[in-house]
Amino acid sequence: MDYAFQTSALVKRFGRTTALAGIDMAARPGTVLAVLGPNGAGKTTAIRILATLLRPDAGEAEVGGLDVVRHAAEIRRLIGLTGQYASLDEDLTGRENLVLIARLLDMPRSAVGSRADELLDRFGLTDHAARRVSTYSGGMRRRLDLAASMVGDPRIIFLDEPTTGLDPGRREDLWRIVRSLTADGRSVLLTTQYLEEADALADEVVVFDEGRVIATGTPAVLKQSVGGGQTVAVRPADPTQTGVVAKVLSAVSGREPDRSGGGVVTVAVDAGRVLTDVVLGLDAAGVDVAELSLRLPSLDEVYFALTGHHRTGDDERKAAE
Amino acid sequence: MSSRTAGVRTVRQILAIAGRNLTKVRRNPGLFLDTLLMPITFLLLFVYLFGGAVAGSSHDYLRYLFPGILVMTTVLAGLTATGLSINRDIKKGIFDRFRSLPIARSAPLLGSVLADSARYLVTLATLFVVGFLMGFRVETGVLATLAGCGLAVVLGFALSWATVLAGVAIREEAIVQTIAFLGIFPLAFGTTMVAPATTMPGWLRTWIDVNPVTQAVEAVRGLLLGGPVAAPATATLLWSAGFLVVLLPASVAVYRRRV
Repeated sequence: MDYAFQTSALVKRFGRTTALAGIDMAARPGTVLAVLGPNGAGKTTAIRILATLLRPDAGEAEVGGLDVVRHAAEIRRLIGLTGQYASLDEDLTGRENLVLIARLLDMPRSAVGSRADELLDRFGLTDHAARRVSTYSGGMRRRLDLAASMVGDPRIIFLDEPTTGLDPGRREDLWRIVRSLTADGRSVLLTTQYLEEADALADEVVVFDEGRVIATGTPAVLKQSVGGGQTVAVRPADPTQTGVVAKVLSAVSGREPDRSGGGVVTVAVDAGRVLTDVVLGLDAAGVDVAELSLRLPSLDEVYFALTGHHRTGDDERKAAE
Repeated sequence: MSSRTAGVRTVRQILAIAGRNLTKVRRNPGLFLDTLLMPITFLLLFVYLFGGAVAGSSHDYLRYLFPGILVMTTVLAGLTATGLSINRDIKKGIFDRFRSLPIARSAPLLGSVLADSARYLVTLATLFVVGFLMGFRVETGVLATLAGCGLAVVLGFALSWATVLAGVAIREEAIVQTIAFLGIFPLAFGTTMVAPATTMPGWLRTWIDVNPVTQAVEAVRGLLLGGPVAAPATATLLWSAGFLVVLLPASVAVYRRRV
């Protein structure tokens, strides 16, 4: 098999809304493919088609070399799915959730308990195994959800926004787990709203916008397209000085800064070294700085770079169903 | 794999889901108590409030009412509990997980209904204890009583698919809940459960004649107290089969097409 999973010209409509307007993507076995996009871009729809939960209206999708419509039952033996909202039974304990899945997968009675305990251990939940899921924190739910999708030892794993709503520390925990999955030779499809997450985990990134692919490439290539991959953000103590700040940033980076973020001025830069130039420039211009940061571009900045316009709240809600 | 092993696996999957649902009932007994307490409340209310006026004495009325309340119990449990719990599973994404697993497509739905059947047994046993304490005595035998319970459970099982269908078709849980609870009134009360039909207006008698629950009430009355059984029991079984044949495939079809 050439690809762990792939789609070609994949289309899905819900009534008059087109959720996917012809998606092409593919991932080699043993790699992580990240689908990056805001709410309503079609990420969840794509993952649900690959997980055989939805039928496509047109185009093709294959998982493990099998067509998702004709061979749905076989595909379900290969995959593990972790949905956007933890698909767990709140009234059961963590361990009971895993035991249920193991029993449904027809594991031998003797293997069911040990498989559950092994996964609880691997995902750091042993201490909470006997507690009901309704008492779990967000991070614990996500880990249990991942564990549940691993019960059948799937080769291909679909993770729909696995870290949305987690605080940064918990997010890094989950990243470690995702990395360990591919270390075992598994393939992962991960959807995310954070370039930082795609950068940290993915071998290849596909950027969705309103049901279309607007960019494909390695995280490095993608960051390059945004301009070097880093963003400098400056908030002057005096909001009237944003014009002065923009002039300084423009001189240092050679790019047109973005002043649409309230009192914050941002600009893409090629390397972290320019930070010194920014500081010196601001000092020379007599700007009193309230906030200065160097970071990866946000999703909005990626979209700004790729499409030339900022996304509005309306766009994000559209086709969210 | 042979079709026989596939069948055994499906049965195991159904049992696993049923076990899970019973655990949920044990830990979250609210809805279960509703479907138990409502018929018992009606039994107490009707017997002691109206019994004397309607039938001459509370005891005679208890004798008349009890078989009907028995049927009401299983119909109510069927209409409310199953469909509502399935609706919740869909919203929480648990059915998505089940559907992404290599298991029989029918296992989650059938497992839920199997768990409910076990609950019916507990509910009916409680109802018989309350009836006994109030003075109700079965006038036939054990086998006839079991047959009566079985018949009521079959109808409740069949009607539960109406709420399953509503549960998979309607997103709002509150609406499904309202439909399920309101459904009990025309179905259970539009029968000869509380009073003979002879004094009722013509339009109501027309409905009572069509209502399958009437047949079940009459059949259970015959099975617990003696009297004609064959015709109403046959009608109940035919109706139940009809509901299953229509509602079950419709539920599965709607459920599969859901986003």
